[in-house]
Parts: sequence; C-alpha cells; structure tokens
Amino acid sequence: MKLTLKIWRQKGPNDKGQMVTYPIDNIDGDMSFLEMMDVLNNQLIESGDDPIAFDHDCREGICGMCSLYINGEAHGPDRGVTTCQLHMRKFSDGETIYIEPWRAKAFPVIKDLVVDRSSFDRIMASGGFVSVNTSGNTVDANAIPVPKADADNAFEAATCIGCGACVASCKNASAMLFVSAKVSQLALLPQGQVEAADRVLNMVKTMDEEGFGNCTNTGACEVECPKGISLENIARMNREYMSAMVK
Amino acid sequence: MSVLDSKIPAGSLDRKWSDYKNKIRLVNPANKRSIDVIVVGTGLAGGSASAALAELGYSVKAFCFQDSPRRAHSIAAQGGINAAKNYQGDGDSTFRLFYDTIKGGDYRSREANVYRLAEVSANIIDQCVAQGVPFARDYGGLLDNRSFGGVQVSRTFYAKGQTGQQLLLGAYSAMSRQIGKGKIKMHTRHEMLDLVIVDGKARGIIARNLVTGEIERHSAHAVVIASGGYGNVFFLSTNAMGSNVTAAWRIHKKGAHFANPCFTQIHPTCIPVSGDHQSKLTLMSESLRNDGRIWVPKHMEDAEKIRTGKMKPTDLTEENRDYYLERRYPSFGNLVPRDVASRAAKERCDAGFGVNATGEAVYLDFASAIMRYGKEQANIQHLENPTESDIYKLGRDVVEAKYGNLFQMYYKITDDNPYETPMKIYPAVHYTMGGIWVDYNLMSAIQGCYVTGEANFSDHGANRLGASALMQGLADGYFVLPYTIGDYLADDIRTGTISIDSPEFIEAENQVRSQLEKLLNIQGTKSVDYFHKRLGKVMWDKVGMARNTQGLNEAIAEIQEIRNEFYQNVRVTGKMNEFNPELEKASRVADFLELGELMAIDALNRAESCGGHFREESQTEEGEALRDDDNYAYVAAWEYSGDVTKPNLHKEDLVYENIKLVQRSYK
Amino acid sequence: MSKSAILSSSIAKKYWMALTGLFLCLFLVGHLIGNLQLIFITGEEGKRAFNEYAHFMTHNPAIKALSYLTYFSIIFHSIDGIMLAIKNKKARPQNYAYNNPGANSSTPSRYMAVLGTLILVFICTHMANFWGKMHFDTIPLHTKTIEIPNEMGGEAQKVELYLTTKGDYVAAQQFEVRNETEFYVKDLDLKMGEGYKDLHGLVMSFFGQNKPGFDKNDLAPFAVILYMLAMATLGFHLWHGFSSAFQSVGVRVSSYKHPIEIAGKVFSVVVPGLFAIIPLIIYLF
Repeated sequence: MKLTLKIWRQKGPNDKGQMVTYPIDNIDGDMSFLEMMDVLNNQLIESGDDPIAFDHDCREGICGMCSLYINGEAHGPDRGVTTCQLHMRKFSDGETIYIEPWRAKAFPVIKDLVVDRSSFDRIMASGGFVSVNTSGNTVDANAIPVPKADADNAFEAATCIGCGACVASCKNASAMLFVSAKVSQLALLPQGQVEAADRVLNMVKTMDEEGFGNCTNTGACEVECPKGISLENIARMNREYMSAMVK
Repeated sequence: MSVLDSKIPAGSLDRKWSDYKNKIRLVNPANKRSIDVIVVGTGLAGGSASAALAELGYSVKAFCFQDSPRRAHSIAAQGGINAAKNYQGDGDSTFRLFYDTIKGGDYRSREANVYRLAEVSANIIDQCVAQGVPFARDYGGLLDNRSFGGVQVSRTFYAKGQTGQQLLLGAYSAMSRQIGKGKIKMHTRHEMLDLVIVDGKARGIIARNLVTGEIERHSAHAVVIASGGYGNVFFLSTNAMGSNVTAAWRIHKKGAHFANPCFTQIHPTCIPVSGDHQSKLTLMSESLRNDGRIWVPKHMEDAEKIRTGKMKPTDLTEENRDYYLERRYPSFGNLVPRDVASRAAKERCDAGFGVNATGEAVYLDFASAIMRYGKEQANIQHLENPTESDIYKLGRDVVEAKYGNLFQMYYKITDDNPYETPMKIYPAVHYTMGGIWVDYNLMSAIQGCYVTGEANFSDHGANRLGASALMQGLADGYFVLPYTIGDYLADDIRTGTISIDSPEFIEAENQVRSQLEKLLNIQGTKSVDYFHKRLGKVMWDKVGMARNTQGLNEAIAEIQEIRNEFYQNVRVTGKMNEFNPELEKASRVADFLELGELMAIDALNRAESCGGHFREESQTEEGEALRDDDNYAYVAAWEYSGDVTKPNLHKEDLVYENIKLVQRSYK
Repeated sequence: MSKSAILSSSIAKKYWMALTGLFLCLFLVGHLIGNLQLIFITGEEGKRAFNEYAHFMTHNPAIKALSYLTYFSIIFHSIDGIMLAIKNKKARPQNYAYNNPGANSSTPSRYMAVLGTLILVFICTHMANFWGKMHFDTIPLHTKTIEIPNEMGGEAQKVELYLTTKGDYVAAQQFEVRNETEFYVKDLDLKMGEGYKDLHGLVMSFFGQNKPGFDKNDLAPFAVILYMLAMATLGFHLWHGFSSAFQSVGVRVSSYKHPIEIAGKVFSVVVPGLFAIIPLIIYLF
C-alpha cells in the first residue's frame, strides 16, 4: 500500500509547528498504525532525519499512552480501538492520512505528536480514590455484597484508560467523560459512597481549573472512546454534582 | 556459607512471617516524615509500595518513564489474581496455594517467600475491594472466581479480561491520594539510569528527565526498584514497548546480583507473528483455556492444506483433530501450566502441524464451549427442542459476556472472527521469573536497595502460574516491603536529608552523561531497532523455548558480536538535552545487549530442564522437562565482575523443609 | 465550597442552561397556542380572540410575572451560553488542521452557540416588530365596521365600532381615544372604557395582508421567508437542545431510542414547524 502522510511536526512546546508531508510505500494491511509509524521513523533515521515523536507503550490497547488524531478522529476511523490496535487494512491504497496530536489547552504539545496529559493525573489526585489506608485489617472482601448490576456498571466505567480521546474529540476539549467515569465507578460502589459528595465537587473543580471546556452533550466522546465509556456516566455525574451542591 | 544470606527467619513455615513482623523494628511516625524513599516504577509493585509507604508517613519520590503512573504495564494483565480465600469452598487454603506455586515453579523458588505470598494473598483482595476495585461478582453480590492453569481449585479473582488494569488503577488511585496530599512526589517521564551508593548504602539515583533531557540527582534513605521484567530482550514479547531492564541492570552493575536470568516464561496463548514489521505480540488471556480447546490437525496433509488456504479449520471433523493437551495430559487437559502448554505447541509445530502460513500457530477453539453453554442456557430458559442455531446463539452470548473484550481484540488485530473460526495462537515471551536477587526482606545485595515485583527473582521459581504475578506485585508493595523496609530505615532516623552534592552523586551523574554521549557520538548507519531485532532473533532461536549447549554457546558469541557492532554502527538521532525517544531506546537496548549474554551464560550453566527453562539434553523419554535436583536445586545469582562476559556465580541452595521435591506431573 | 459553585462551575452553568432552556420550551408552547388562533379562527371571531389573548397576555399579573421570567431566561440563557462558548473556545487554542466531527456527532449539536445567537437576533427583531409596537407605539385599535342598511334606499351607512375590554362594541364616533387605548366621551373627562390594540391587524399586515389602518408591508415576502428561516434555526437548536437539557440535569438520554430523545425530536420539528406555517398561510390566503 502506498500512502501520503501529513504529520504535525513541532520541535518543542514553544515551537510554532506545521504539517509536513511524508510519502510512504510498502505498507502491509496487517501492520498496526504504530508499526507503520515505526517504518516511517526507521526510514527517517536512516536518512539522517529526526524521527517523529509519538507516545505509545503497551501496543495492546490498554495503557492509554497512544494518542493520535488520525484523519480528523481520535484513534482514527475504526471504533472501539486505540491507535495501536488500528490496523492499516482500514485504509486504502493511495490514501492521504492526516496525523495530529490531541489538541487542548489542558494537553500542551511536548514534541511532534506527544502531548502532556498530566492534567488528568491532577484531577485524579483531587479526589479519584477511596480514602482507605493499606492494612491487613480491612473488612473481608465478601462482607459488603454489591449487586451484580452495580458492580458491572462500576466496572464498565472503570475500564477508562485515560488516553484523552474524549478531550481530543470534544469540540470543547471537555474532560467530562474521563472525570465522570471515575466519579461513576466510585459512586456506584458502597465503598465509594462515603466520600461521594466531596469527590465530585473536588474533581470537577480541578477539571475546570485545568482549562478543559464544558460539556455540550454532543456525544462525540462516547463514539470515539476506545473503551466505549457511556454518556450515562456524565448524566450520573451531573446528578451526583447536583446532590453534592445542595448538601 | 555463601555470600548470599537469605535472612529467612527461623520457626515453622506458617509462623515465620507473623513472628518476624512482631519482632521487626519500627520507625515512629514523626521520624518517618524526615525519611525519603525512592521508588522506581509505578506498576503493581511500585505503585502499591509508593502508596503504602506514603500512607505510613515516609516521604516518597516515585519515578516512571511513562507519562502517568497509571500506564505501567501491569495494566495489561488480563486474567486475574490468585488468593487463598476459599470462597468457592473447593478445598483451597494458604498451604495449597503455597504448594501449587512451588510446584508450578518447578521447585526452584524459596519456600519461606512463597508461603508468605500465599499468606498475604487474602489481604490483597480485601484491600483492593476496599479501594473500589470492581471485581466480577455473582448474582448474590459476592465475588466470583475462576480457574487457571496448573491448579485444580477456583481461586482466581478477576474483572473480565482487565484484572491488571483494575488492580493497577486501584494502586494508582491510592497513589493519587498521596500525591494530592504531597506525600508522594511523582516524577513522570523520568528514567532511572544509575544507583548512587554512599558508604555502602543505596542513597539515591540518577534519572533523566525525558521531556527536557536533563540529568537529575535524587537522594533518599532507601531505593526501591520495581521496574518490572526484561522480556523485551527478545524484541518481540507481550511486554510494553518501553518495558526495560535498565534500572535492574544498572543496580546489578553496582553490586546487586542477578538471579536465574534464564528463567523466562513463554506464554502459550498469544496472537501469532504476522510479519517482519511486527513490533510486539499480544497476549490472549490464559483464562481462555478455561473454555477453549487447543488442537492441530491430526494428519499432516490436512495441516498443509490449511497452511496454504485450501482448507478451513471448521471443515475438519472431530476425529481428524488432535487435541494434543487433552491427549497428553488427561487430568489437567487444556489447563496445564504455561511452560508445559507452550512446549507442547512448539512440539506440534516443529513436527509440521502448525496452522498458519509460517507454520507457527495452533488452534484455540470455542465451538464446543459455545454449544455447551448454549445447551445450559436452553435448559435454564426451559426452551423445548431448541435448534442448533438457537443453542449457538445462546452459547455465543455467554462466551461474549465472559471473554467479549478478548474476542474483540483478537478480531481487531487479525480480522478473523473468533466466534466463527477458531483463534490461532502461538507461545510468546511474557514474563521473566528471574531478576535481582533479594533476601527475605526484599533487599538486594546492596544495602538499602530493595527490589519488588517482577524485577526480583523470589517467588515464581522456574515458572510462574497464571494470576500469580499480580498477587506477587501487590503482596510485595502493600504487605511485605512496608514492614521490612522499616527495619532498615530505623537506623536512619537521625541521618537527615542526603546531600546530592557528594562526590558519589557527581561521579554517578558523570558516568551516566558520558554513557549517553557515547551513544549519541557513534553516529553510525543503523537504527537502534535494527540491533534490537537482531538480538531478539538470537535470543528467541537459541535462548528461547528450548535450549542446548551448542546453541547457547553460539548465542553468546553472536550477542557479543551484535554488541560490538552496536557500539560501532548505531545511529542515535537528536540531542541529549531534548525529548529524545531514540536515545531512550538506545540506552535500554545497550543494557539488553549485556543482559542477553548473561541469560545465555545462566542457561548454559543450568544443565537441567526446569519450568520455563528447557534444556534439550535433559528430558524424559516422553519429552517432558527433567529436573536435576541433586545438582541444580539452587538459585544462580550472578555478580557483575567488571566484565560482562565473565560474571561471578554465587549459589543459594534451596532448602525444602515442608514439601518433598517430586517430578512435576500434570498427567 | 458548594455555594460558590452554583454559578461558576462548569456543571452548574450547564444546569442553568438546561433549566432556562426547558422553561423557554414551555414558553414556546404557550406562544404557539396563542399564534395558532391566527389561522384556526377566521374573521371577526379570530381577530377578537387573538386581540383578547394579546391583551390578556400583557395585562394579567400572573402572566406578567411569567413573562418577566421568560425575559430573564432568555437573557440568562444567552449570557450563560456566551460565557460557556468563550470558555469552550479557549479550551482549544489551536484547531485541528483536519477534522471530521461529522463522524461522531450531529451537526446541530456542534453549532448550538451559532444557532442560539441567530435565534437571539430573531427574538430582537421579532420583539421590535410586534412586542415593541404593541407596548410602546400607537397602533390602531380593534375596530369593527358594520353596515346599517339605508331603509330609505341609497347607500348603506357604515358605522365603525370599537371593541371594549368588557366585551361589547361601542360606536367609535362618540368617543375620542386617549392614552392609546382609553375611550373618553368626546369633550368630557369621562372615561367610558378601554379598547384593544389591534395586534391581529398588525400581524396580518406585517405578513402581507391589507388591513385598514395599517400600512401595506411591501417587504412581507421577505418577512415570511426570514421568519421561516428563523423557525428552522430554532428547530435545529431544539433538535439537540431539548434532550441535551435532560442529560445536563442528570437524566440519561444517550440512545436514539430513548423516550426523551424521541420527544425532543418531535418537539423540535412540530413546534417550530407550526410556528413557521402561520405567516405562510397568512401571506398566501
């Protein structure tokens, strides 16, 4: 397969950056998108150019490190996958592919396609936990039965990988899906309910301070989320926030 | 006595840990505040250790090379975590978990460590549930369990196929709480490049800020290495692209012993290699073997037809299939331990029965599971005379609920629908049982330098059972290290902050800097990946699933050659003081090129077969691994001698007081 | 901290958007019912019904209170919306070189601020054309002309009557109108009653009909078209806004099969659609 790649190059946080065109040939449909990037980088290195920096790690769709905006969509045109699981068979010979970093004020570009997502960590540090210390004396795990439906819903919310595709896809660069996934997970479980009110207030406050936009309920985040995190979580967070506010 | 003092406490096996904990020295809360601990790595072992130490009051400085602690590769663990809870009432107990783990490890792990692991396993589940980890539950609201390879009870707790993710996010949230409080200072996108030893004690690290490229000095009263395993020495493995041996290797070169480096786990159920472009391999959870049946065609001509695409697997009738695990190991069947399953797959493929174009794949088939579950559902729903397709549909739904995400992953990667055609799988490098030698306190041979999780060698012997890695990482981090490190730090309550301006820090920093500059200045013609791939091929072919004297000797020579060429001809682009992923890779591959040789040396030294280490010279008539307990019931701990080609071997004899060593049998 | 969040937090801002938006939906229903009288009741009866309705809407104290709430909602919804839009714009300082949002979201959902601004412009002109004239301008009163046949033969005599708020008609020539709507006995300071401003006539003539006392609107075809475009804009705004409001206040609306989602789609088509056909019918018939 022969492709034309238009890739965002930016030397550092203060560089202006621009789209640069790279032709590439001999791409196999069984390659993952990142393997295609590897091929390009090896060519760049061997011709003495600076390879393209992009984030990636586990390459099996779970670490949330990879983060490319491909042809106008987070993680590319396929559904339910991260960029590392996107395969080149989804593209056709001769196609032009645009590759850009996540764009959001809260995700500043570090280099090329690499962005700084530490704002997510700061949101988590403001309340994304249950305040329980490690000890050998916590109650027996089966002492608190959790209805299966609640446990399953909490699990679904907890599968968020923190990749930031929701922010990247949202026209407002809103982090509501990410934040609501954690708020929901812990609000659904009895262990998390004790701190539920403080948690939602603090996490939303930090989210706002980090410069994410608001939710317009366009639903783009849900569509582009590689883990299919549901908008229901956002509705639940809205409820949680309301009840926390009037408390 | 050898130089290796394992410091195993005296007393009966089941009392050792509790008695030891009662006598261990403590540090009072006020003093803990003035004690710094560095933790390198934020996976299950490092993340849990950071959180637990910070909760206790220590000032923790945590480091990870990823952009967030949540991304450590523990997140990719799928199947589950073992714990001796006996919730299913199927006869499980601490002793049985201990015994299964020792046996699964082919009698090459330390009794006392493994018993302690089994003992604290139940606490892990309680702790994780308290943190809000959403484990799978049954309709009564209680925790569900499943079974894993090498055991005959259901003791594995799970969260669909994402147990590692859920546990890691639990540890990450515990860390986040401490980061918010300022008790953990988190350094993301930092890579540890050296350990600093002052007056014989580990007192800090040199780390590179991967964003700015700055070389930084960080001091502490103790250093914990939780940097994971070194499977990426094979280039292709199920490890993350960034997983590396650097932290462990650098402390090895500073005096820590590397134990049993040749013990590598080859996981039987991975998606086969599809081409030269492949950058990594993807694991399909071992839990699939609960329901999937593994087979190859019985007749060579069918295998050939399948390989060339002239026949489909679904065309083969039952009698023309060879369910070789069920045939060879009737009592454990498809649930034999990983090493056994992997070798059996290799044996069939080597014999010419492989089922993909490269001849390196076997089938994992869910057809009969789908029909079995379908019938069960039809009964539950009181369907009378359901048609085949009704049953198939019902069964498919059950399988989807259990393994849906794994099937989806398989489909996305291979473009084959596993509900309709059997999955193709092949063994791949997955986990490394070997690692830095530690004593009972998890301290390496360097005073104050602790090693936890996959980075150490201690609990899995020569083969790890499924769902035990998560257990070990969290046991070390939550329930072992926080106690044992206090005993050591009790001496440091008056030490005060460690200066980063001492000659030792300056010297270490200069060394790191010159090593990186050396790599940048080679300016050869080949990329880092080129050398990494070559190394990987040698390792896989000659230090992989089956090893022999000749191959290992060749491997040693070839690795040396690749290493020499690397230092003459590698091209590392970019500069030192910038975000430079190529430089990171080069520095990691440089360490793999040394470690690879040590693995071959260790494999050569161990002229027996055990667990994941299969020496062709040492097998039974039936082709099973043959241990040599008389000569090799020891831990091979290698000390850096100043020359990577000539490490010094120290042996820690493995003494079994509570169980009898027998030849493993899963028949 | 919870109290300060009521206005400033992103989620609370969305509550206000949702609540004011839903209230305005209610207002639309009320307004529509009133407007439908323009086409469903014809002749003097229709004229009378509409003018009485208009009078009721501007004079009833309870309705007045509601109307203030409506003004407030419009203003708040606008200001809050603008503030949200500004913050949202700031959240992505640099746009994508190539974006394909159509793949993951509906078009109206991405242009709520633009649609809302257009609607606000419409509301301003709409109020200037009708509400403002009704409140501040002197416009003809509701009159009715009857013919008294000349029994002597010859031409019938035309008599102009005023409709009073008491519901009866009085002969126009006996009175003079002061303060726009009050009837005084000619040359005496004696107030005999009050009339209705002829909003019906205002509307009819605005959309192209010839009504005595009103100037013919030469631009009526454009008025009709612009009005219909404005209603289309409103429809698109509601297409997303109606169900979105429920999501914002925590009622899950994420699937196309959800009753609220369906109700929202129906509402966004039917209500603006009915509004839109009224001027068309007036113009054509």
